[in-house]
Amino acid sequence: MSIITNINKVFDHRFRLGIMSILMVNEFADFNTLKELLGITDGNLASHLKALEKVNYISISKSFIDKKPNTKYSATKDGVVEFQKHIAALERIINSQN
Amino acid sequence: MTKKDYLKDIGEIKDLMNKSSRFISLSGLSGVMAGIYALIGAGFAYWLVTNSERQYLILDGKIFRLVMLDLFLIAFLSIVTAVYLTTKKAKKNGEKIWDNSSKRLIINFMIPLVVGGLYILIILGQQKYGQTGALMLLFYGLALVNASKYSIGDIRYLGFIEIILGLICAIFPGYGFWLWVAGFGIMHIVYGTLMYLKYDRKKQ
Repeated sequence: MSIITNINKVFDHRFRLGIMSILMVNEFADFNTLKELLGITDGNLASHLKALEKVNYISISKSFIDKKPNTKYSATKDGVVEFQKHIAALERIINSQN
Repeated sequence: MTKKDYLKDIGEIKDLMNKSSRFISLSGLSGVMAGIYALIGAGFAYWLVTNSERQYLILDGKIFRLVMLDLFLIAFLSIVTAVYLTTKKAKKNGEKIWDNSSKRLIINFMIPLVVGGLYILIILGQQKYGQTGALMLLFYGLALVNASKYSIGDIRYLGFIEIILGLICAIFPGYGFWLWVAGFGIMHIVYGTLMYLKYDRKKQ
């Protein structure tokens, strides 16, 4: 088995990894919270969110708070499983090269 | 990607997980101040009761009302000090004082605390006051353990210590006053000092 088995290409980007990290420990997060935590531009964040949504790792729910649109993102079951696999793979790589 | 990149990834993941779910700007100094208020308040209550005619506390009467006022003042001053010092520290850390993490911390801290407070008031109304000290320690300890998931982990240990003191207090209600002094006064000062040395001073 190759050492890089389970390294997930979708997560091979620090912002996507960041989004998933936040959604792992929070039930959900809205766009602005993600933006502030990651220190990322609107367009950049939107495109990474789209990429994660496309592979069904996150789900999106839209609602209105005080008549303002509010979009909440949360990790799907698939997303959680894939993220955990990815982290385990990262750990294996780090440990193997010690 | 090299190994260094992967290590950086893991570090960033940890950092984001903590930042997004835990409120870490609790001030150690506010713990010390709460302990000092508790000691002063306890000293005042002790003086009140020993200088009263009966020399022990009964449920009705002026002395009891003064002790209740004393307790209320300790709690009030502790909260005001904690909010003030924590706001100051959060500003310095560039952390928002009122965000999801601090909201969650306060809500989860308040659940056992409010239930305990109401329970104590209810049984005081039924003239059962022997276990008041134990109940205060127990519910406060449970509140800390519950809140620790949403803040720096160390307050969990303070919670466990308060729970143990509360259980001892339940067995020996006669020492309730001294266990209360240990739990709310001395433990706060010890814990606050440790937190101050561990987290606050390093950053200055």
